[in-house]
Amino acid sequence: MKMETARDVIRTFLTDSLDAPDLGESEDIFAAGLVGSMFALQLVEFVESRFEIEIENEDLELENFNSVLGIVRLVERKRPA
Amino acid sequence: MLSKVGVVGAGVMGVGVAQVCAQAGHPVTLVDVGAQQLQRARKLIERQVRIDHMMGRSAGADGDPAARIRYETGLQVLEACDLVVENAPERVEVKRPIYEGLDEHCAPGCVLIANTSAIPIAKLASYTSRPAQVIGVHFMNPVPLRPTVEVVRAEKTSDEVVDFTCRFLESIGKRFVLVNDGPGFVSNRVLMLTINEAIRALEDGVADAESIDRIFCECFGHTMGPLATADLIGLDTIESTLDVLESEFGDPRFHPAARLSDTVRRGHLGRKTRRGFFDYRA
Repeated sequence: MKMETARDVIRTFLTDSLDAPDLGESEDIFAAGLVGSMFALQLVEFVESRFEIEIENEDLELENFNSVLGIVRLVERKRPA
Repeated sequence: MLSKVGVVGAGVMGVGVAQVCAQAGHPVTLVDVGAQQLQRARKLIERQVRIDHMMGRSAGADGDPAARIRYETGLQVLEACDLVVENAPERVEVKRPIYEGLDEHCAPGCVLIANTSAIPIAKLASYTSRPAQVIGVHFMNPVPLRPTVEVVRAEKTSDEVVDFTCRFLESIGKRFVLVNDGPGFVSNRVLMLTINEAIRALEDGVADAESIDRIFCECFGHTMGPLATADLIGLDTIESTLDVLESEFGDPRFHPAARLSDTVRRGHLGRKTRRGFFDYRA
């Protein structure tokens, strides 16, 4: 069985939650108006619990959360090597 | 109009109230008996403020709203407040000593706002020597996102306090509907029966949770069904609100459904624990 990558997990979470099956990996989910602040909080909590990392306030920058690729990069940076 | 705002209780509602007040520019003191709860509240508020900023939605006054909030563990620090919003758990025996304490420590002109789901405002006011200064404001969860609140005027609430409260609500961007006092006011007198009955329909096997909610969303055009609403409010809050309504009305229709009490006992309280009638564990 193929291992699910961080990219798969994040993409599935976003496409399912936002009902946006065609979401591009670098598409800006905030600019597209797909996301409210309640979902943004859920997204942060999902990333923390799913990847067992702690998101600090300093990590709450647009480029870390506004796209699948941005979140993947954040997760890779925060995960223990 | 900027007021010195006290917020008692750092649970879901207290955190939301503190956040919207601070975002509107009011200096806020958030009080809870638990230091750990306060630490959690600080983290949540700072996070939400950062998220709003990140999304370009920083509302209201200039500067960092999170920096306008002090976190304290005793009611005596509220002596200089113009108003205090009380958000303690929905049990009279918990709220009563808080009202007695607020009455002792707060300035005589301070307005005491009860953010309660169902307890009659007159009852809470009777624990103070200033019933004219006590009014109910039933904030909805999540506080920052819900545009309208239910304002509850008790028999002894003064006109000035009603006016002051309405101006305060305008300052934090909330619209309001003014109603008279009574158990559950309008909102929860009606909603809690609906939720309880939806849970009983689930218990009786009339339909599964998803189907019950779909009836409300797709047939009635509600944005959320009763079971998802219960999960959002918090199942512990639903149960304690039903307890209050049952004891105030003496009506067994409000007796919490067995499935509700079981779910609460298992620690599944809805969205805040990621499990309730629905699973939010993703």
